[in-house]
Amino acid sequence: MELAAFQDLQETITARQEAAVVGSEIRHGELTITVTPASLVDFISYLKMDGACRFTTLIDITAVDWPEREKRFELVYHFLSMHLNQRIRIKADVREDELVPSIVEVHPGANWYEREVFDMYGILFSGHPDLRRILTDYGFRGYPLRKDFPTTGYVEVRYDEEQKRVVYEPVQLVQEYRQFDFMSPWEGAEYILPGDEKKGGA
Amino acid sequence: MDGNVTDVMTGEQSIRNFNINFGPQHPAAHGVLRLVLELDGEVVERVDPHIGLLHRGTEKLMESRTYLQNLPYLDRLDYVAPMNQEHAWCLAIERMTGTEISRRASLIRVLYSEIGRILNHLLNVTTQAMDVGALTPPLWGFEEREKLMVFYERACGARLHSAYFRPGGVHQDLPQDLLDDIATWAGEFPEIIDDIEGLLTENRIFKQRNVDIGIVSQQDCQDWGMSGVMVRGSGLKWDLRRSQPYECYDEFDFLIPVGRNGDCYDRYLCRMHEMRESTKIINQAIAKLEKCKGEDVLVRGKLSPPSRATMKSSMEALIHHFKLYTEGFHVPAGEIYAAVEAPKGEFGVYLVSDGTNKPWKVKLRAPGYPHLQAMDHICRGHMLADVSAALGSLDIVFGEVDR
Repeated sequence: MELAAFQDLQETITARQEAAVVGSEIRHGELTITVTPASLVDFISYLKMDGACRFTTLIDITAVDWPEREKRFELVYHFLSMHLNQRIRIKADVREDELVPSIVEVHPGANWYEREVFDMYGILFSGHPDLRRILTDYGFRGYPLRKDFPTTGYVEVRYDEEQKRVVYEPVQLVQEYRQFDFMSPWEGAEYILPGDEKKGGA
Repeated sequence: MDGNVTDVMTGEQSIRNFNINFGPQHPAAHGVLRLVLELDGEVVERVDPHIGLLHRGTEKLMESRTYLQNLPYLDRLDYVAPMNQEHAWCLAIERMTGTEISRRASLIRVLYSEIGRILNHLLNVTTQAMDVGALTPPLWGFEEREKLMVFYERACGARLHSAYFRPGGVHQDLPQDLLDDIATWAGEFPEIIDDIEGLLTENRIFKQRNVDIGIVSQQDCQDWGMSGVMVRGSGLKWDLRRSQPYECYDEFDFLIPVGRNGDCYDRYLCRMHEMRESTKIINQAIAKLEKCKGEDVLVRGKLSPPSRATMKSSMEALIHHFKLYTEGFHVPAGEIYAAVEAPKGEFGVYLVSDGTNKPWKVKLRAPGYPHLQAMDHICRGHMLADVSAALGSLDIVFGEVDR
């Protein structure tokens, strides 16, 4: 896809949807447009219906967790236009306690993707017909893809010979989960290396 | 009774709808799918797929591993055609780092992607036939799959979880005798497809079970985010290898089969024809590989290890090798979505990097996920027995749906 076609598209969309668009950029040959969460439904139905866009295929919905940001989650939508042979990425920054309007009315295929985002990040979608967990276990607690959720999880299961059923227990690690630090001291570590505390203090 | 004109329902007629569990232990569920079916007699009223029984948290695990360590996880998604998934991962990294791979590596990737496509379609077509009552096709198909898996093994040492495509090329070059054997196989394979087609294409039972079952319109394809054979079976000429060419697919000569009715039978025909087209691509790839013998299959830059020979004499090469396999390479901060035409549809990797040696976020876009989501839409109003025919033709593998 040529850059010029992208720039045209970028200009058209930002001009038509001025109120919704927060920012846009073209990188690695991909067009990304950031919008406000409140305008998501209108904006996405515009993308679907407008003759210049026709992004009729929903490819994916996901989120990215940035714990240090004030608006913690970044919702990411990918769309494909088979008519124009183009792709677009829509982003919206969302606070942890914020409700996001569901786009199931516009794209029926968003149903499971939104359920997955809810399951993995705990982002609530208003107007979703059936916001259940989807991938995790029945009765699962917590939101696994948040950065503050440990990779090992909190519970583990085993078959109990006495109770004759599978039981849930808190995770017990026989060895600490290994996370190696690859910061090289030769390339200038930005922290005090273990054992160098005195030198750092002086 | 004279004044009463409403029908009197017998006890049997007024019975409520019946809910049954289809799976998770059912041979036609293709793995661990649990479908909660609401039935009115034998007519399906509602389908509620319960997925996630094979959820392994791949995306979470990938966040705590280096880019190279993450590569084998991609094999374990759609374990029917592992290398096609690796391909998307490698493409994502290569686009982020701006790496150009060598021509020979590119051709080998095309060759093995097409072998993967045949592996996948052979499994899908034949097991779908088994779901509707034929036993011979899987036996014949699996014999060919076995031969292809031997080609996998001879290329990388593993029959299934190959970890063969690497960022910057492929792990090792292919020996000439392997290429010769693949060429011999590709010469014989069209006859095998003829045989399998002889079993199925005009088979009365097979047609009765598949024609006009699970019809997907072009509008449905758009609404439910479908891709791959699901789209092509409905008559949309959409193939990423053609429309958004990656690797060196643009120089290959192949056709894209397109269905007309969007039913299970058309999808079956598309898959059969795609296998023939893949065989054509394999033949062309081998011919093209002939012309670039001896070329290095890895870009010997930061992404890939130095050759064994240089490591014997160069200290820097040794350090590089050590750092690559401990720390791993760093990918510049940014984000990318790389998609390939996997056998099941569009497989995509959305990668967010923060500039370190580990990905900040990976989202694996599996084609089976939206297809399975449409089960409710496709199966409503069909008979119970059609559920397994429709499910089979969706081509679902739970490794990728549940991740």
